[in-house]
Amino acid sequence: MNASSSALPSRWERFRDSYLFYSFKRDMVAQVSLVVFIALVAVAVLAPWLSPMNPYDLAQIDILASELPPFWVEGSDAQYLLGTDAQGRDMLSTILYGARVSLIIGFGAVALQALIGVCFGLLAGYLGGRIDAFLMRLADIQLSFSTLMVAIIVGALVKAIFGGETFSAYAVPLLVLIIGLAEWPQYARTVRASVLAEKNKEYVDAARVMGLRSKRIMFRHVLPNTLSPIFVISTVQIANAIISEAALSFLGLGMPETHPSLGSLIKSGFDYIQSGSWWITLIPGALLVVLVLSINLLGDWLRDVMNPRLYKG
Amino acid sequence: MALLEVTNLDVRFGLRQGEVRALRDVNFTLERSERLGIVGESGAGKSVAAFSLLNLIAKPGFIAGGSINFEGKTLNTMSERGLRKVRGNRISMIFQDPMMTLNPVLSIGEQMVECLKAHRRISGKEARAICLDKLRQVQIPSPETRLDQYPHELSGGMRQRVIIAIALLLDPDIIIADEPTTALDVTIQAEIMALLLELCEQHNVGLILITHDLGVVSQVTQRMLVMYAGRVIEQGPTREIINDPQHPYTQGLINALPQMATPGEKLNQIRGSMPSLSNLPSGCAFHPRCNFINRADGKPRPACTEQVPGFVESGNCRVACHMVAEMIEDRRLKEETS
Repeated sequence: MNASSSALPSRWERFRDSYLFYSFKRDMVAQVSLVVFIALVAVAVLAPWLSPMNPYDLAQIDILASELPPFWVEGSDAQYLLGTDAQGRDMLSTILYGARVSLIIGFGAVALQALIGVCFGLLAGYLGGRIDAFLMRLADIQLSFSTLMVAIIVGALVKAIFGGETFSAYAVPLLVLIIGLAEWPQYARTVRASVLAEKNKEYVDAARVMGLRSKRIMFRHVLPNTLSPIFVISTVQIANAIISEAALSFLGLGMPETHPSLGSLIKSGFDYIQSGSWWITLIPGALLVVLVLSINLLGDWLRDVMNPRLYKG
Repeated sequence: MALLEVTNLDVRFGLRQGEVRALRDVNFTLERSERLGIVGESGAGKSVAAFSLLNLIAKPGFIAGGSINFEGKTLNTMSERGLRKVRGNRISMIFQDPMMTLNPVLSIGEQMVECLKAHRRISGKEARAICLDKLRQVQIPSPETRLDQYPHELSGGMRQRVIIAIALLLDPDIIIADEPTTALDVTIQAEIMALLLELCEQHNVGLILITHDLGVVSQVTQRMLVMYAGRVIEQGPTREIINDPQHPYTQGLINALPQMATPGEKLNQIRGSMPSLSNLPSGCAFHPRCNFINRADGKPRPACTEQVPGFVESGNCRVACHMVAEMIEDRRLKEETS
């Protein structure tokens, strides 16, 4: 047995001994929310294989079976476990596909926010001076428009210019872009604040003395040291992005009803709530709440573990 | 020509209250494999001098005048690109606190290889071999294991050894060591200093040692500078300055060593503290604390409060003090009359 393998614990052993894992083992809330979150993500990812029918396929839809209640209510059809919506689509399938769309938009938008925000925050914090002032004023301006307002304006413009057809076809990337662009200052500010604290540390001086390039120092030396706040706000931001998307869809500026997300499902059922078909709105609504709650609870736990002093989103 | 030649270095900080001169009229040279000490109180400008050598003073500081010549190239007017080739490669630096100088999220090996790759086109394998060799030179046990460890897994002394290994990585001509042992345990200080000295001698590396510790300076360096309030006030061969300090400040520093005190009495000290650079006293910056400001007749010497002292040669040393200048002048007059 050679010396290095016996002295160095494996990656798994390091993780098992870490404080992260230790605190996770002691936190029931974190465990439950992680399980719920993973279950929801898994179900959403596996939607094409799990769901009884394909809600995008018009041939499978039976308009005569519309507005059937879920199985525990009288008058239900065993074929449709959670009932059907106004167009006769199976609710269970539609919800699974909807959760998939919501999650894709949530993660996509946050990835975009993080990309822009982290780059701008690093540049502003590390280079300082005029670049800092410019980027941060840009962030201030961006933040003074609310996400929904930007989204409504952009969405309405795209709809007006290119027509509803094009909008529907490119709804997912468009929503990712809109929500991503609207929220990058959150990242930029957090990263900039951590960079300002990090760049005065001696290891940055030492890296400069070594003759390394600024770009390298920024991305390889400073960025990894600002990762924990980035992780923590990411959880908050994913939850926010999912909610923003739901709100936009509810307002009719998000996913079209032929390709529904959780938000557009809630909206489509809203018109029928008066006529007693509560399940079309309530079931996707409950799922949205559970999804966002589990992400937020995970984020809370992560913040407590990684840095108790961090900003609360 | 000397390897490093600093002439009339003038460093200023542009602050809201106005410009502060952090360094003025600093002149020294460093020959190949020579060891130079820079001593002075906190705030005397030692670290600023070290950083300005590599043109790395943080804003709002800047080099306002003078020149830093290294192998015939002027570092203070060189492009950032040219400077990068010098930093870490020809001139490297060791910092005070080994806990802070290594990046906590990168392994020792990653940090060392990175430094090598910044200056040489080299494969990962070759780089690793060089790193292992340097770690062995600084006497780190089982270097293969250490290479994959993170800074927090090493003790303070071990980390400073790693930092010395990084400084030596590219076989530089000069190492600037900014208080390399102050943050360490006393028992390890001597070990690290001895190691640094040995490696410098072995590899013919010039050393600029910045420290508070006159003991270390006297053991390690051949020449030294004493700084006060951003100026060099005495410079020359270390042995001469330690044995026969001319400037009242240097005398005070040596007197303040615990070895110089009588057992059972208080330690000697220089009264007062160093003035703020933005509010320097008139004339000689040291005059409010100086014990020799009065002439034999009991009246203060007017030049001390009115005129910034220039350098006078005294033996092999250069001293900036009116009192010393006067003594030398007196001696010369006496010799002429007799």
